[in-house]
Amino acid sequence: MSILVDKNTKVITQGITGKTALFHAKGALDYGTQMVGGTSPGKGGTSVDIALENGETVSLPVFNTVREAKVATGATASVIYVPPAFAADSILEAVEAELELVICITEGIPVLDMVKVKRYMEGKNTILIGPNCPGVITPGECKIGIMPGYIHLPGHVGVVSRSGTLTYEAVHQLTTRGIGQSSAVGIGGDPVKGSEFIDILEMFNEDDNTHAVIMIGEIGGTAEEEAAEWIRDNMKKPVVGFIGGVTAPPGKRMGHAGAIISGGKGTAKEKISKLEECGIRVAPTPSEMGSTLVSVLEERGILNSCTTH
Amino acid sequence: MNIHEYQGKEVLKQYGVAVPEGRVAFTVDEAVEAAEALGSPVVVVKAQIHAGGRGKAGGVKVAKNLDEVRNYAQEILGKVLVTHQTGPEGKEVKRLLIEQGCDIKKEYYVGVVVDRGTGCVVLMASEEGGTEIEEVAANTPDKIFKEVIDPALGLQAYQARRLAFAINIPKELVNKAAGFMLALYEAFVDKDCSIAEINPLVVTGDGDVMALDAKLNFDSNALFRHKDILALRDLEEEDEKEIEASKFDLSYIALDGNIGCMVNGAGLAMATMDIIKYYGGDPANFLDVGGGATAEKVTEAFKIILSDAKVRGIFINIFGGIMKCDVIASGVVEAAEQVGLDRPLVVRLEGTNVELGKKILAESGLAIVSADSMADGAQKIVALVS
Repeated sequence: MSILVDKNTKVITQGITGKTALFHAKGALDYGTQMVGGTSPGKGGTSVDIALENGETVSLPVFNTVREAKVATGATASVIYVPPAFAADSILEAVEAELELVICITEGIPVLDMVKVKRYMEGKNTILIGPNCPGVITPGECKIGIMPGYIHLPGHVGVVSRSGTLTYEAVHQLTTRGIGQSSAVGIGGDPVKGSEFIDILEMFNEDDNTHAVIMIGEIGGTAEEEAAEWIRDNMKKPVVGFIGGVTAPPGKRMGHAGAIISGGKGTAKEKISKLEECGIRVAPTPSEMGSTLVSVLEERGILNSCTTH
Repeated sequence: MNIHEYQGKEVLKQYGVAVPEGRVAFTVDEAVEAAEALGSPVVVVKAQIHAGGRGKAGGVKVAKNLDEVRNYAQEILGKVLVTHQTGPEGKEVKRLLIEQGCDIKKEYYVGVVVDRGTGCVVLMASEEGGTEIEEVAANTPDKIFKEVIDPALGLQAYQARRLAFAINIPKELVNKAAGFMLALYEAFVDKDCSIAEINPLVVTGDGDVMALDAKLNFDSNALFRHKDILALRDLEEEDEKEIEASKFDLSYIALDGNIGCMVNGAGLAMATMDIIKYYGGDPANFLDVGGGATAEKVTEAFKIILSDAKVRGIFINIFGGIMKCDVIASGVVEAAEQVGLDRPLVVRLEGTNVELGKKILAESGLAIVSADSMADGAQKIVALVS
C-alpha cells in the first residue's frame, strides 16, 4: 500500500506535446509509471512516440479532451505541465472529467485563478495536488512529476512538503540511511492550492504501509500550525518536522508565491514553536531531517521496521 | 509588484472608487503648477515611494498656499525618507503627489486580500483608520470585521453594507461606503491585485467617502494579462541586482550578510540561508536558479553575486534532479573563469551525475572547496569568510 498512486495508477499527461511534458512523460515511463496517453487540443487522433532508456519505444495516443482520453485509456489520474496562463483551465477540465487525482506541476498560476478552481472543486471527488509542486511518487511503483526517481527507495516513511528540492534533500537523507519511503508528496509553494498538509497526513495516517512521516514546511500562512494541532489530536504515527525560512526577512517573497511573512504572521519561529508544542520533533537544520527521524524511530523502537533490508 | 500611491489612485478611479483630485510632479515647478491647476485652497504634498509610514518620516505636508507648496516640494524632493518599511538606508523621494486637501471627519480602514485559509478573497474593515492594521489586529482584533467573498458571486451589496454598519459609518453614508467597497473589490479582481489597502478611508465634511491613501500590490504571476499595470513599474524603487536577476529568470533577494548563496529551488535556497546562519554566518542573498538552470544562468547568477561588494565568500548548494550536476559544475567553472574568482567558493553538489560534476570542479584548477553535505558546506564557508 501507499497513498495517492501505485503500480496500477493509469496516468495521462495534459499538454503532452509540449517539450517539458514530453521530457517528464519519458521520465515517468522510464520509472515504470503507467503513462497511458495525453491531451493536446487540436492534435487528437495523433500519437507521440517516446524512446525509453531501455531501448523500447512507447507510442502514446493523443486526445483533444480529457474526457475522451479518460474513456479511451481508463486513466484515473492526470498530470499538468501546461503554461501558467492556461493551467487553471486544464485543472478545471480534469475535475469536470471526474478524474480521481490531478497533479499540477505548473509554476506561476495567477492566484485568483486558483481561487476560482478551488471554489469549483467544492463538493467534487477529485483530489488536486499542487500547483507549483514536484508531484507525487510511490517508490518502485509510480512516479508522476519532476522529481529524480533514482534517489527514492521503497519503504515506510511518508514525506510531505511545500518545497521540491527540500523534498529531494529529505528523501536523499533517508535513502542513504537505508530508510525507504511509502510515498513522497509535494503539495506546492502557492498560497492557494489543492491539498494541504492535513489532507496528506490523513492519508498517511490511514495507510498501513506508512509507519512515520516527515513534514517539511516553510514561512507564510498557518498551514503548518493547523497541521501540528491535527497531528497532536489525530496522528497515530510519529511525525518529524522541518521549517525553512528562519532567516527570511518579512515582506519579501522567498521564491515561492506562498513563502512570505506578511503583517508579522507566518514566521518560521512561530511555526517551529507550535510544532514542538504539539509534540513534533523539529530538525534544527535541513541537514538533519534524516538523522532527526532516525532518532525518533529509535526511541519508538520502529527503526528496524522502517529500514529497507 | 508594487506601484506608487498616485498610480494606485488612477487605477481605482477607473472603477469608480472615489479619490481626491491630484497630480504627480517630478520637479518643484511641476508641483506648483499642479497645485495651481487643482485650484484648491489647501493641497497636500505627498512623497511617492514604495513604502508606508511616509507621514511620520516627514514625507507628507499640508500647504495652504503656493509658496508653501514650493517650500514643501523643495524640502521633500530628493530627501531620503527612513520609515519602518524602508530599512535603515531609507528611500530617496523622486516623485510627489500634489493632492486636493479635504475636510476629514473620520478615518477608517478598508483592505482586500487573498486569504489562504479559506482560499477566497476577503474584505476587511475597521473603525481604527490611519494606524497600522497589524497593530489593530494585535491590540484590538475585535475591531476588525471581515467578509469572505464567494468567487462565483463576487462581493454582494449586503456584505459591503454589513461591513459599513459594523465599522460605524454614519447611517446616511452607508450606501456610499458600500458602493466604494464594491468598486474596490471589482478593481482588485479585475487587475489581479494581491493586496488593496485603503488606509485611511475617510468620511468628509461634505459627506463624501473617499480613499485618502491607496496601496495596491499586484500578483506578479498575473502581470502577463495586465500590460497597463506592468507599465507602471518603477525600476528606481527596486534593487538593481534584483532587476538584473529577473532578466535571467533568477529569483534573487538582497540581504545584509557577506556570504553569497546560489541554490536550486526556493525551499532549499531558504534552508541554505538558515543553515549558514545556524553555523554563525550571515547570508548576503537569497538566490534560486530554478529547476531548469543552464550554464548561462549559472554564469549570470555568479556575476550578480560577485557584483555585491559585501560578499566575502560564496556557497553553491545544488541538489541536481532535473538539473544535472555536471551542467552546474561546467557553468560554475565557466563563470569563475569569466569573471575571475577572487573570493572563497564552497560547492556542494548532490544528485544526478554528481561524480562527473565533482570531477569537473576538481580538474578546473580553480580554488574551489568541495563539500559533502549542506552542513559541511555551510561550516566551511563560514570558516573561510571569518
